[in-house]
Amino acid sequence: MKLLVAVKRVVDYNVNVRSKSDGTGPDIANAKMSMNPFDEVAIEEAVRLKEAGKATEIVAVSMGLKACEETIRTAMAMGADRGILVETDAQLQPLAVAKVLKALVAKEQPQAVLLGKQAIDDDCNQTGQMLAALLGWAQGTFLSKLEVGDGKAIVIREVDGGLETDEIKLPAVLTVDLRLNEPRFVKLPNIMKAKKKPLEVIKPADLGVDVDPRLAYSNFRDPPKRQAGIKVKTVAELVEKLKNEAKVI
Amino acid sequence: MPSYNAPVRDMLFVMYDVLNMDAYKDLEGFGEATPDVVSAILDEGAKITQEVLQPINLSGDEEGCHLANGVVTPPKGFKEAYKQYIEGGWGGLTGDPEYGGQGLPYVLGVAMNEMCCSANFGFSMYPGLTHGAIDAIEQHGSKEQQEMYLPKLISGEWAGTMNLTEAQAGTDLGLIRTKASPQPDGTYLVSGTKIFISAGEHDMSENIIHLVLARLPDAPTGTQGISLFIVPKFLVNPDGSLGARNKVVCSRLEEKMGIHSNATCVMNFEDAVGYLIGQPNKGLRAMFTMMNAARLGVAVQGYSMSEVAYQNAVAYSKDRLQMRALTGPKAPDKPADPIIVHPDIRRNLLTARAFNEGARAMAYWTALQVDIARRHPDATERQKAEDLLGLLTPVAKAYFTDMGFLTSSMCLQCFGGHGYIREWGVEQFVRDARIAMIYEGANGIQALDLVGRKLPANNGRALMEVFFPEIGGFCEQAAADPELAPFATAVLGALEHLVDAGQWLMENGMKNRDNAGAAATDYLYIMALTTLGYMWIRQVKAAKAKLAAGEGDPQFLNSKVILAKFFVERMLPDTAAHLAKIKGGADTLMALPAEAF
Ligand SMILES: Cc1cc2nc3c(=O)[nH]c(=O)nc-3n(C[C@H](O)[C@H](O)[C@H](O)COP(=O)(O)OP(=O)(O)OC[C@H]3O[C@@H](n4cnc5c(N)ncnc54)[C@H](O)[C@@H]3O)c2cc1C
Repeated sequence: MKLLVAVKRVVDYNVNVRSKSDGTGPDIANAKMSMNPFDEVAIEEAVRLKEAGKATEIVAVSMGLKACEETIRTAMAMGADRGILVETDAQLQPLAVAKVLKALVAKEQPQAVLLGKQAIDDDCNQTGQMLAALLGWAQGTFLSKLEVGDGKAIVIREVDGGLETDEIKLPAVLTVDLRLNEPRFVKLPNIMKAKKKPLEVIKPADLGVDVDPRLAYSNFRDPPKRQAGIKVKTVAELVEKLKNEAKVI
Repeated sequence: MPSYNAPVRDMLFVMYDVLNMDAYKDLEGFGEATPDVVSAILDEGAKITQEVLQPINLSGDEEGCHLANGVVTPPKGFKEAYKQYIEGGWGGLTGDPEYGGQGLPYVLGVAMNEMCCSANFGFSMYPGLTHGAIDAIEQHGSKEQQEMYLPKLISGEWAGTMNLTEAQAGTDLGLIRTKASPQPDGTYLVSGTKIFISAGEHDMSENIIHLVLARLPDAPTGTQGISLFIVPKFLVNPDGSLGARNKVVCSRLEEKMGIHSNATCVMNFEDAVGYLIGQPNKGLRAMFTMMNAARLGVAVQGYSMSEVAYQNAVAYSKDRLQMRALTGPKAPDKPADPIIVHPDIRRNLLTARAFNEGARAMAYWTALQVDIARRHPDATERQKAEDLLGLLTPVAKAYFTDMGFLTSSMCLQCFGGHGYIREWGVEQFVRDARIAMIYEGANGIQALDLVGRKLPANNGRALMEVFFPEIGGFCEQAAADPELAPFATAVLGALEHLVDAGQWLMENGMKNRDNAGAAATDYLYIMALTTLGYMWIRQVKAAKAKLAAGEGDPQFLNSKVILAKFFVERMLPDTAAHLAKIKGGADTLMALPAEAF
């Protein structure tokens, strides 16, 4: 079974992002970038499937600037066999990413596409679902467990209020949650080997995909500053404030 | 709980923007070390040190090591962390590819060592000592010994130690008494007691390969009669499998000031089987040729403690509210200002930071000389690098560790009383940092090595033909650039003090040796400050070039300029004081008879 895994280059989770003063976007120039943590879980799962003899090849794909090659190399150091970068400086939105992935599925013919359930930069949580719709494939989203069988997979999904177990048909789109596994530490020799693994660079146009944004962002600003707290004198006053000011009870 | 954030950005800045490591890509091992690979290695190294080693630092300090029935158990979590470290292949970063290493530049090894040490000093010494053993066997072992020991030492499956010190023989290794008697089969039986042996015994690796200094029966007295032996904890069969337990045991663990998680062992050898490495009676020389690298490793320990202490002190100083700024409230909505507004807190923080970042650059520059000395095709380049290395190593070892202790303590100062309390973790950094001034040659001995051995070697070639032209030449050029001129002028001034101190030594050190002994540490400090000054100008130059090209993070780069100014204004002027002290000579120092003390 061949697996396609999408990995996104995002601002590192440790970075405290602020919006630009003119409100045109987040200020991420010079910020440290890393692989989207959800995508790390996706790669880890793919590598485990390969180690268990259930997957034969793992192709890591990313889209965006040339620098995304680093993210693909990390995926290859974790165990992906090769990589594809769809290089573009366009501002990529979920629909465009899903369309590119669809084209890559046509090119690579995998039995499953694994993705993080969302990326920690825009928190869209849309790409996997859009891709499944475009492909007409089954989708298993928010996975905290994945068991691949013959032509099907048993998945446990993290849904509101509990866990849902589904059996889905392959090929499928699978989006993963953080509890699915704990990604490994990359080994030094594997970093060196990753450098020698094949990494193909193509353009969206090579795939015949139009990645132009469909949504226009009008304004970005920081969340309002937290107000200083106050001390209440009595329980009654607290209840009154919770009722009438905070309106939570 | 203290935290640690590996300064990967600064490491990359030093390697590529300041030292221009790209220019060495023809050297063996540098070709693979392209910037993207190096950055990936540092990122992953940061991850394992921050997420695996750092979390067991404080607990390891509190628990310490345990000895029962000759078995030493390091603190909880160490065995697992060690396993993760070696499975990750980190032990083999710079190791010879012929024996399973990655053969990457020594500069990278130093960066990894820095991260390990900042995250967990005590832990870092276990693989650190193994590196010492690897170096010794690589440089002096026979082909058979290399094949037998190097693969497992490089992989970390086996660990290594250095057994030099005895109760009566510390600095003066000529006093060593441990004996080695030759056997008909070509092996030796080693007997004696070594003390203070770091990582001398533990259960984290399958085997421990001890490198032991001992005396042959017919050996001349003193340093000329010392030989070096390999004494494995478990004897190794010809097929590489482990054989009998050798007669070397840990009989005691020392209770000590810091690095509690690293076992400091008394080692008893009773007719333990050993194998001679290198020539008979040339053991000390063998030890010294590999010591440059080991000393640089200890130098790094100095500033890596200061780095982690600094990071935690900054976080605390931004958070702790006490008193108002002298120029009026800076946080009027709060009951007081964060203490980072106070000039004296900044003096502490900036002294630590200007030292850390200057020292990092100098450490990597020195490590680059190790690479050039070992790998450059051109013999003149190799010799130049070797000459520089000879000078820079004792300077870095002594200055970085003296300063590392001092600036860790300055960082503790920012915490006030809370710094003295265990749970904040800074007092551990100060305690841990202290040892680096003592072992691997106490700092006073480093100064003697510099003044007594390294300066006069080859008629002063290292200083006159390499060090002065390198720094003087660079500064004279920089002085022509208006942006760099103020820095260059200051460093040229320091360089003059160094020349002046050297002249004084030549005139006064020969006729009265105590003058040289009395001047040694101050001379070393002038050389250290001058070299750090040189490193700071190179950083300013690199930062300004990037700013002009619109590359990089402006705040990071502008900070470099401010830090360089701080260094020049508040640290470099000390060269004048050191020069004045040197010129005081030895007379007063030696005036009191011992009984008057
Ligand atoms: C925690 C710890 C770990 C250690 N790990 C190891 C290890 O792994 N392997 C190992 O072999 N050893 C190890 N050592 C030993 C260490 O290297 C020695 O303690 C050190 O070399 C100093 O020797 P000493 O303690 O006997 O001091 P001494 O030699 O007695 O020195 C005492 C003082 O006198 C000074 N002094 C001596 N001679 C001169 C001189 N000619 N001029 C000026 N000053 C002088 C010294 O600088 C020092 O300040 C360790 C020690 C400790 C505490």
